[in-house]
Amino acid sequence: MELSQNSPQMLFSDSLKKLSFIRSIKCGDLVIIYERHDVMKAIKVNEGSIFQNRFGVFKHSDWIGKPFGSKVYSNKGGFVYILAPTPELWTLVLSHRTQILYIADISFVIMYLEVVPGCLVLESGTGSGSLTTSLARAVAPHGHIYTFDFHEHRAASAREDFEKTGVNNLVTVGVRDIQGEGFPEEFGRRADSVFLDLPQPWLAIPSAAKMLKFDGTLCSFSPCIEQVERSCEALQANFTDVRTFEILLRTYEVREVTVESCQEHDNGSLMGPPKKRKHTNEQNKDEKLMGQAVMARPSAEARGHTGYLTFARLKCV
Amino acid sequence: MSENKPRVDPVQDQRVTWEGCSVLLDINDGDRLVFARLNQGSTLKIGNKTYSLKPLVGCPFGSLFQVDNGPKGSVLWRVTLPSQEGNHVQGKGSSESQESRDNRALVDNNQAQTLTGDDIEALRKEGATGEEIIEALIANSSTFEKKTTFSQEKYRIKKQKKYAPRVLVRKPVTRTICEAYFKKYPNRTGCLRVDALSLLLSMGNVAAHSDILVVDMVGGLLTGAVAERLGGSGYVCNTQIGAKPYSMDIVRMFNFNDDICTRIVRSSLNDFYSVEKNMPEESNNGSNVCNADTQHCQSEEIPHEDSISENADVKIPPSEIEMVDATCEIRSSPVLKTCKSAKAGEKASEEMIRTWRENGFSSLIVAAPELDICKVVKDLVPLLAYSAPFAIYHQYLQPLATCMHYLQIEKMAIGLQISEPWLREYQVLPSRTHPFMQMSAFGGYILSGTRICNPLTSPQEKQ
Repeated sequence: MELSQNSPQMLFSDSLKKLSFIRSIKCGDLVIIYERHDVMKAIKVNEGSIFQNRFGVFKHSDWIGKPFGSKVYSNKGGFVYILAPTPELWTLVLSHRTQILYIADISFVIMYLEVVPGCLVLESGTGSGSLTTSLARAVAPHGHIYTFDFHEHRAASAREDFEKTGVNNLVTVGVRDIQGEGFPEEFGRRADSVFLDLPQPWLAIPSAAKMLKFDGTLCSFSPCIEQVERSCEALQANFTDVRTFEILLRTYEVREVTVESCQEHDNGSLMGPPKKRKHTNEQNKDEKLMGQAVMARPSAEARGHTGYLTFARLKCV
Repeated sequence: MSENKPRVDPVQDQRVTWEGCSVLLDINDGDRLVFARLNQGSTLKIGNKTYSLKPLVGCPFGSLFQVDNGPKGSVLWRVTLPSQEGNHVQGKGSSESQESRDNRALVDNNQAQTLTGDDIEALRKEGATGEEIIEALIANSSTFEKKTTFSQEKYRIKKQKKYAPRVLVRKPVTRTICEAYFKKYPNRTGCLRVDALSLLLSMGNVAAHSDILVVDMVGGLLTGAVAERLGGSGYVCNTQIGAKPYSMDIVRMFNFNDDICTRIVRSSLNDFYSVEKNMPEESNNGSNVCNADTQHCQSEEIPHEDSISENADVKIPPSEIEMVDATCEIRSSPVLKTCKSAKAGEKASEEMIRTWRENGFSSLIVAAPELDICKVVKDLVPLLAYSAPFAIYHQYLQPLATCMHYLQIEKMAIGLQISEPWLREYQVLPSRTHPFMQMSAFGGYILSGTRICNPLTSPQEKQ
């Protein structure tokens, strides 16, 4: 049983490792156990290990050799799915040491910062590495992310996570107080983009202005509008194209119902309950077409706010 | 920190314009957006004057130019904005009288300005610069001094846009191209908003070395966006359902180098489902259009079809115009020799198709406003590798709901979700922070999920 080496789990280091019908789960792979869309867990596959949940006991050895995306069974006949890790799934399963960014903000940031393969991106704070993992995907294979956090333990946990997910060759974590000290001088005029998720980003903005290439992009994420105002003020000196956004995702639920298209109903309603209706003699005459209809409606709950995203470009001289 | 020196790809460093490159001209802060090519003799019309774009060649993207109608004629001069310029003035000025100003006595009866249109023309003929004209207008306005500082700034900016318009040279990348189309001609890109497009790229796990299957009926915007994020590895396979290939004109605006261009290929759904016999490559509708599309060496600025200004009302679909121009140019253009021919949109080889049938695609992204989404999904999801994600953009909810239901019933996918992105922009100015008055109310819906290995179907989908 060969151990897959420290090679990227999440990102394909070359075309041989990419997802395919042929590729199967190997010992040492990082996998995502999917119970339900809101119950998932990341696990490293190990020949002798087991995974236990409310459906029973699962042997890792049962998984080895199966394709990703397989349904696997427990000793009790319950099942889960084994998925290949992606930055999106990782964001949903990673351990929160801090509040994290979610897919809506992450996607928008990467697009608006214009991050593409080969870019050099500076980030502070690292937090739990949610955005960092997606940034790594965006700059692969030849770019790099230098991310800084002033909390030594969190920086260490982040480093561990990046090794787990196999993006450690694309990400370097440093322990540094960016608000107090700014970014290291060695990055002067080398960064394509800078991302700030700090309590007082205006303190880091002058340093960011020195790190960025001309026309380079900056983004600052702040939960409070007062922080945004101060940041925008600080951006005036060296930046242009300053824009602030909010992005949220609204989700929808889909349900299938049985619908009668007859007009008369005892209680005047058009819709039947989700289960099939029983036919009664009186209704037989009026019931014409019994159909299945798929309906959608917005979910009742939603995230109301994460933070404001302020973007800017470094002015050319 | 220096142990991990990044091997940043030097090819990516295209931060300066070059002759023949594609640019997005942002005139007067987004009022007008023009896609242009910086060829010999390229020009831009602003108002009733025509300006040569030659000064723009060799400048960094992000450079700002201002119009100058001096004695030398109409030219564009590069300018640098001083800091603190623009709307970002402090409301609480040093003089107390500023705070007490309001508009109670200001009557909008068009009598405040004493300079007439003829006076201004005369000033121009004397060689006054735009800035000088603006100062003259301010000096001759009876109400200017009575306005608040904010109001004065607004006035100044309005005059500046008219008498001294500015042109910002933007790099055409996914973000700028998507925004430009969404703002001016959203129907050409299926009303695909920037945040929706960004979600498609994330949910579709677009990354280096991936093979992404794409159905792009949004002018090539999706294909270009995916190719940009692949960065020269992997493939983006633009698949047509049916006989007619889809336009990929927008791909040409990206300034892709050869590496990236070769990664953009076309195919037809039939390629994946035809019985394995040695069919000669279908050269009917496919290849002619493909080849014409790939020639982008033109010695003139791309005319109206790429200009999406407020005043343009050209309705001719871009692809047709480009084709005609291209065939003419091949014969006559001397510039052709120095131009690299983009190979974007070549037909995928039989070998590639076979490999993808055997291995499956890494992910699927669909942006096809006019297609029957359910049918597309039924046909394309089986081409995905197991555990591969997919993201489907559509403007109507019901078809996506039906699709999602189908995938659930057939047990083809898990993690299914229909999302609608919501985006709001804010004006952030001292004492004037609030969301913008206008807002985009709708950015489309996205159905996302992950394909699973259904034990009921055979492991390898050989058709």
